[in-house]
Amino acid sequence: MADVVVGKEKGGEQRLVSLPLSRIRVIMKSSPEVSSINQEALVLTAKATELFVQYLATYSYRHGTGKDKKALAYSDVANTAEESDTFQFLADILPKKILASKYLTMLQERREAEEEDDDEEECDEDTGS
Amino acid sequence: MAERPEDLNLPNAVITRIIKEALPDGVNISKEARSAISRAASVFVLYATSCANNFAMKGKRKTLNASDVLSAMEEMEFQRFITPLKEALEAYRREQKGKKEASEQKKKDKDKKNDSEEQDKSRDEDNDEDEDKLEEEEQNEEEEVDN
Repeated sequence: MADVVVGKEKGGEQRLVSLPLSRIRVIMKSSPEVSSINQEALVLTAKATELFVQYLATYSYRHGTGKDKKALAYSDVANTAEESDTFQFLADILPKKILASKYLTMLQERREAEEEDDDEEECDEDTGS
Repeated sequence: MAERPEDLNLPNAVITRIIKEALPDGVNISKEARSAISRAASVFVLYATSCANNFAMKGKRKTLNASDVLSAMEEMEFQRFITPLKEALEAYRREQKGKKEASEQKKKDKDKKNDSEEQDKSRDEDNDEDEDKLEEEEQNEEEEVDN
């Protein structure tokens, strides 16, 4: 990790960052409270994003289930977001997937639980009056 | 400014290349995993920007600078990025300095040349080897006097 990883341009010349700075700037500026960003902060954020992508990918692969198959799946990335404290901020945008059938049973159970609550409330009202 | 939601996405080809370079050779990355990591990267940029902006605000500055980004990494518990980021910053500064010098050289090639020659001379004077030689010569002179 300590080495500075450099991308390569078409001419074979080495570049500091491979992500497009213009796009990084657009994303940074989409945050309403940010007024201006100097070039060094922009370059550093782009570089940090590259390191982040490398780290998220290697972490998910190492802790994932597809090492035998040499595969990285969505569930590995979603698990990382759920289980690692550092990647916790991703949990909302990388939800764990569940089967539709399982989701429907969950919904059904919740509905039944709510109905029970309603029944109880009705009982309370009955006793109250 | 971001006018469409896709303006906040990072280019898939570049993201895929970075992932591939980070993982061992021949690992298959599912399309969903790629787009998930790409989305995560966009959120990372926003999160880092917001943290860095807090540091700028604390310092009563309106412009985000390099130290704000480094402080943000610490706050976000990505301390492991700090050393490589500092290295990248140094490399970037060297690159900028090089570019600046190259353009200055075009403008006033002669002046620049004279300046650097003068710097070379002063460096030679500071050189330890030269001082040693001078001392030797002085000793030789003393010996000659004794004889």
